[in-house]
Amino acid sequence: MRPDVLRVRGLSVRYHTPGGAVRAADGITFSLRADERLGIAGESGSGKSTMALSLLRLIKPPGHIEAGEVWLDGRDLMTLPEDEMRRLRLARIALVPQGSMNSLNPVLRIRGQVADALRDHGVPTTRRQLDERLGDLLPRVGLDREVADMFPHQLSGGMKQRACIAIAMSLSPRVIVADEPTSALDVVVQKQVMDTLARVQADLGASVILVGHDMGLMAQFVDRLGVMYAGKLVEISPVRDVFTAPLHPYTRMLIASLPSLERKGVFQGIPGLPPPLRDLPGGCAFHPRCPLAVDRCRRETPVLREARSDAWAACHLV
Amino acid sequence: MATLLEARQVTKSFGGGLLDRRHTVALRQFSLALAEDRPSITAVVGESGSGKTTLARLLLGLLTPTDGQVSYRGRDLVTMSRRQRRIFRREVQAVFQDPYEVYNPFYRVDHVLSVPVAKFSLAASRAAARSLIEDALRAVGLRPEETLGRFPHQLSGGQRQRVMVARALLLRPRVILADEPVSMVDASLRATILGALRQMTLDLQIPVVYITHDLATAYQIAENIVVLYRGAVVETGDVELVVKDPRHPYTQLLIGSIPLPGVERTWAADGGAPANPLPGAGATGCLFADRCPSAMPACRVSPPPLFQTDRHRLVACLLYREAPTLPAHEMATAFVHAVTPRGGGPGTPAAPPAPAAP
Repeated sequence: MRPDVLRVRGLSVRYHTPGGAVRAADGITFSLRADERLGIAGESGSGKSTMALSLLRLIKPPGHIEAGEVWLDGRDLMTLPEDEMRRLRLARIALVPQGSMNSLNPVLRIRGQVADALRDHGVPTTRRQLDERLGDLLPRVGLDREVADMFPHQLSGGMKQRACIAIAMSLSPRVIVADEPTSALDVVVQKQVMDTLARVQADLGASVILVGHDMGLMAQFVDRLGVMYAGKLVEISPVRDVFTAPLHPYTRMLIASLPSLERKGVFQGIPGLPPPLRDLPGGCAFHPRCPLAVDRCRRETPVLREARSDAWAACHLV
Repeated sequence: MATLLEARQVTKSFGGGLLDRRHTVALRQFSLALAEDRPSITAVVGESGSGKTTLARLLLGLLTPTDGQVSYRGRDLVTMSRRQRRIFRREVQAVFQDPYEVYNPFYRVDHVLSVPVAKFSLAASRAAARSLIEDALRAVGLRPEETLGRFPHQLSGGQRQRVMVARALLLRPRVILADEPVSMVDASLRATILGALRQMTLDLQIPVVYITHDLATAYQIAENIVVLYRGAVVETGDVELVVKDPRHPYTQLLIGSIPLPGVERTWAADGGAPANPLPGAGATGCLFADRCPSAMPACRVSPPPLFQTDRHRLVACLLYREAPTLPAHEMATAFVHAVTPRGGGPGTPAAPPAPAAP
């Protein structure tokens, strides 16, 4: 098995709201391996984006990281002083944010945005050096060099997202966290952007964490897939196993709810709704919607354990 | 069999006067006819900018065509009398994309249900109105006691969208137009809402136009499909034919780009880049020519007509010029009309009523 690049242990994030504290991510534990593409899937409110941002310590108040360790290069990111963390971001662990249209500075040309990022990490950016960098970076994400002198509003959604990928890869990080990188794009463009991300990952020999709700995208892109429900990681297995032999009843029902292009009339919704995070049911959070729930599920919270080789689930029944 | 809603060679362009070259043609020469008593779902599929929403707004009479006409029961929506328009407003119901925007946050959700009941005098008494509303809510899998009396923000997106389907249902419409009804809803709820929509077509025997960017759900619930590209129909007909064996290069690209939730079929290798681009094409000829791997010089001469490659399929592409052509306004004659209730799918009453907050 490939060595671990990033080890996440018991990561919990809490948001303070007027209605009380909410634990959006609760005891998340997993490892990211070298050269791996790991997916983290979940529906809205499952805590997947919170989890992704907390890996980079980008949670803003009223949220805060309550507990947990994130090990990268032999250091626990959660205990680093802020200025060291700042140097590590982008250089060792980079983010491709959700909605590139909102994450690029609208009054700065792409050149300026890349320069900003490099300068902040102490990379010299004379005009010639920057030109060289851009001449290397932009073609690698499938953009023309001329894009460097354009403003974000002159680019299409897919181009903006690729510009974000170019920035994320600019310092050759070991880990790229992509948070719903294509959620606002059409399928044809989405595929181009994902192809770009795949190429960049192979180029750099980096590992990617792809966070999203689109199970189709996960099936086509990742090697291993984690599924979150109500702030917890409920299953994490090789992607083939998730789709052919899912362990957790939630994963099973989620997969059954996906419309296929192969067979008609086989998709079925999951009855009920996800529980509100501030008022979780006791025991397993999925038990009120689970057709297999037994008494124990109401009393005892299941922990993630290995049910088959490399396939982990948090369910009493597996 | 009478035609209910019909679009005949409808073109809509936005912006620009005579001298302004920046005007955009959002929909070109679009025709569609929905016949009465044919409970079938017609999906209109396209990416952003394909003219889907323009089409929805034209069919609802919220936009006036630049050219061509939209009619209901043979009457042009533009020249309709007030009385006819009122009937039209009741009989043609819409379900919109955003289950957040259609509510006034200051009113309880009851408001969106009781106003149409009062406006169209659907009930003789308050009690009758109440039971009408409750029936409609139950039909979409909601519990009236857990839904009524609440404010919009107290319901989830999926619940709000189901209330909108219930509202459409309440008016006993003759046609339903659903514009991206599930694009903002989580996967696990999508099937439930589409199931309710599908059930409605069967119960009320009415046609539905399902406008979406999502080919997979279109395939699941529709009989016929219309694929739009930059405002023009590129391929249409039986959903089984179009989705399983697409003929138009654009439909092929679109279907090849869908990330399928399974490991049997994998994403094709890098695609989408024009292999053989024809610069300047698209202005007069086929709109897809500048991205099309099979483009040929003839493609930029004039827009391709609809070639009937199968009994139930039309393709607007010169690759099929051996096939007979069909005038665009007769497009609907190639549609399939048999209703096939499907066991086990969203056609069956989906999901027991949802507990609001367990």
